Amino acid sequence: MTSSACDTASPRCSSMMEVCEASSVSLREFGCEQSLLSRPDGSSSFVQGDTSVMAGVYGPAEVKVSKEIYDRATLEVLVQPKVGLPSVRERSQEQCVRETCEASLLLSLHPRSALTLVLQVLHDDGSLLSCCLNAACMALMDAGLPMSCLFCGVTCAINTEGEIITDPTAAQEKESRALMTFAIDSTERRVMMSSTKGSFSVHELQQCIAVSQEASEKIFQFYRDSVKRRYSKTP
Amino acid sequence: MKDTPLSNCERDFLLKAIEEKKRLDGRQTYDYRRIKITFGTDYGCCFVDLGKTRVMAQVSCELVAPKENRPNEGIMFFNIELSPMASPAFEQGRQSELSVKLNRQLERCLRNSKCIDTESLCVVSGKTVWQIRVDVHMLNNDGNLMDASSIAAITALCHFRRPDVGIQGEEVTVYSPEERDPIPLSIYHMPISVSFSFFQQGTYLLVDPCEREERVMDGLLMIAMNKHREICSIQSSGGIMLLKEQVMRCSKIASVKVSEITELISEALQNDKAARKAGGRCGFAESMPQERITALKTDETPVETTDATERANDIVQRAEAPPQTVPSPVVPVPGVGQVGQQNTWGLEEEEEEDEEQEETRMEEDQDEDEESGGGDVVEISDSEEEEVVVLHPETTGKAKNTGSSSHQQAAAASQKRQKK
Repeated sequence: MTSSACDTASPRCSSMMEVCEASSVSLREFGCEQSLLSRPDGSSSFVQGDTSVMAGVYGPAEVKVSKEIYDRATLEVLVQPKVGLPSVRERSQEQCVRETCEASLLLSLHPRSALTLVLQVLHDDGSLLSCCLNAACMALMDAGLPMSCLFCGVTCAINTEGEIITDPTAAQEKESRALMTFAIDSTERRVMMSSTKGSFSVHELQQCIAVSQEASEKIFQFYRDSVKRRYSKTP
Repeated sequence: MKDTPLSNCERDFLLKAIEEKKRLDGRQTYDYRRIKITFGTDYGCCFVDLGKTRVMAQVSCELVAPKENRPNEGIMFFNIELSPMASPAFEQGRQSELSVKLNRQLERCLRNSKCIDTESLCVVSGKTVWQIRVDVHMLNNDGNLMDASSIAAITALCHFRRPDVGIQGEEVTVYSPEERDPIPLSIYHMPISVSFSFFQQGTYLLVDPCEREERVMDGLLMIAMNKHREICSIQSSGGIMLLKEQVMRCSKIASVKVSEITELISEALQNDKAARKAGGRCGFAESMPQERITALKTDETPVETTDATERANDIVQRAEAPPQTVPSPVVPVPGVGQVGQQNTWGLEEEEEEDEEQEETRMEEDQDEDEESGGGDVVEISDSEEEEVVVLHPETTGKAKNTGSSSHQQAAAASQKRQKK
């Protein structure tokens, strides 16, 4: 039994090693604008290639009695699709974003209050969930909410040849064998949330995490640059 | 979440300012706020900024069966989403009074004015027609949502291109944009809504009220008009009595405003068309203001992945070996809906059976005890296994399991015997 398991595992490992050398990994051009809406307490729009998401944060504010939590703030995340009404897909994205935000926000500092994060999809050209995460983080930063760490989202796709593509477009997502989105924190580069689709090996998963951690450096550098630009005297 | 209430001081201040012909943002009575129209990456996506009010409209289409009473007309569908992003007072998924009012007004402004040729949307009469869906999302509410959404909706409709269709006999083929150029909708005229707010029982009038002004106004008059000075819809709300002269004056102001806005829309559409023809990148990413300090953009950045493979290998090697798994699912008997080795339901039944067996066995054991006087345990278990095989002749797997259990029972029996 044990010998057969080893036999199946080893060739897979070696094939992966060959494949990953060739793949070219890059993030599409990305941009962000903060406090662009007047009504929300914090707002941002994040653009990755053609994918763009707008986020607005309200709070801490009065909470409905039914949603009140006695020792921390209630976080509500809403994802608005571009066409039609929110469906199951949006619900699952909401949950992914909410769990990430709950992990990084210091919610216990605002007990019995409500935070609302609204994400409006402006254009979907792949890596939508990671764009939502990035927009959410920028909006939370703009709202000045206390957080234990920042987070960013990175999407990796594995195509049929086994190459890893970061920040895939919609066309690349369609052709991919597996699609993974990770939320990575800024302090220890740990994975805060993962959402995967398709089939992949343990090795590929670890490889994608490593690539995402590498890519998160770039996004966190971008966060730093944008904050520096915002609070500098000479832009 | 509740909206922040307006204090009495603010209310008094606003009303007093209006009496003195002054507005908070320094506008004159008949001034519109600055209108900015931008387009998204795909066709039929339009953003409208009216001062700080921001609205997005997206047009989409699909092939559906027509309504029975109008077999050769396409269907227009309007949906205004009061997203909680626009204002904390808006709630998700609830049809508020305001959203119904806005939806109805937009429908009257664009559908009932017959500005779009619905007959050209017919593909096969009585079978398939295009349904054009307009989703208007409020992004930021700073008053006068109606005017902003009517501008956004009509601009998005003008910008939209539907895919071309080919009909061969009964078959309808929809061509992708690569195969055939998409077709714009045929639009006869562009109705645009203009809002007037009235204060002090209609004594004062303001064009394009902002959010603060909307809160203290007594009544609202919305006139939808096209550039040919034809009124498409008119609605007065708030329970205010207006004089005939006031309505006439408003319609005159509206005609001026509408021609200005129509000019602006056609200019924006022209610009976008030229940009798309030039093949340059257009869309939301390009419309982001670069000069603001709150905005930043980076170019495409490569990610170094040289050590990713090594790190992954490292982690995989350091991680514990995965537990041994069954190479393929075991199906006990063909036609049995069970995967894996043991079914708990079966177990219970077997246990019951076993109990019965045990009772009989106990008797047998006693008999044997009497006969042999504490004979060999192994022999007894062997004989029992044979019995079990007879009881379950259909499967070897089950027989094995029950066999093993019979071993245990035999052991238990021997223990009992030892106790004796």
